[in-house]
Amino acid sequence: MAFWLEIVVSFFLVAGAAFALIGSWGLVKLDDFYMRLHGPTKATTLGLGGILLASALYFNFNPDVAGVSIHEVLITIFLFITAPVSAHMMAKTALQKHFDYVGGQQDPLNHPRNVHTIQEHDLSGMDESQIPDGDEEE
Amino acid sequence: MKKIFPHPVLSAWLLVLWLFIQNSFGLGSIIMGACVGFVLPIVTEKFWPNIPKIRSIPKLVRYIAVFLWDVLVANIQVAFWILGPQENLRPRFLYVPLELTNKFTITVFASTISLTPGTVSSHISGDRKLLIVHCLNTDDDDATVREIKERYEKPLLEIFGC
Repeated sequence: MAFWLEIVVSFFLVAGAAFALIGSWGLVKLDDFYMRLHGPTKATTLGLGGILLASALYFNFNPDVAGVSIHEVLITIFLFITAPVSAHMMAKTALQKHFDYVGGQQDPLNHPRNVHTIQEHDLSGMDESQIPDGDEEE
Repeated sequence: MKKIFPHPVLSAWLLVLWLFIQNSFGLGSIIMGACVGFVLPIVTEKFWPNIPKIRSIPKLVRYIAVFLWDVLVANIQVAFWILGPQENLRPRFLYVPLELTNKFTITVFASTISLTPGTVSSHISGDRKLLIVHCLNTDDDDATVREIKERYEKPLLEIFGC
């Protein structure tokens, strides 16, 4: 394995690990549930991104390892699809359970434009698939 | 044709995905992948929202490039916020009024917001016109909302049209 490639791979490994560490540190250190939620989004994006990039470089440009591997790209795609969903579900649950939060704003669920159920007149002109399933209530 | 392949793009994508996961392009893998691509869209047909047509590929590529760049920049920004003193942070709930109407496009928009560090989309109103976003640190709520709309929602409207 070429020396310059080793340096590049190591750089991405260390950078990715550093961001994952900072994300975890944020998860422990930050004040309320919603702020802590920001830690994992960092770890999944740049933290894993760096490690996956290192892995892709290592396995595709290393003459000692035969073949081409595209698994890293797939992992990235799957993560980018699933990570926001889990973050959204956790935040949504926290809102419904009225977890404490820093910042002193009024309860976001009580915002005047946050209607819980769809108005009758809004239904006209929508096709069936656009009508919500009615699971938005508290 | 429509009955056998309700989602031709999805079928093709599943086949490609299968080959990539197997990391082999032999006949057996192709047959298995074709079966997956044939069966899964039929079984899951009811779950699929109407995915709007992509109107402009260059704009989609641009959107992804902007998104990846923002992930990089925001990651470094948030790293400093986490390591710095907590008292300086001003976490806020932001209220983003949605112009997007399609379920799929809204999902893409909300996912983009969540994946960009510093913001997590936390709730959507029952009529899908208001997205509640938690922001780790912002000086000016309105400016941040405007920036999010300008940077992500406007291109999405141009790409998908709804």
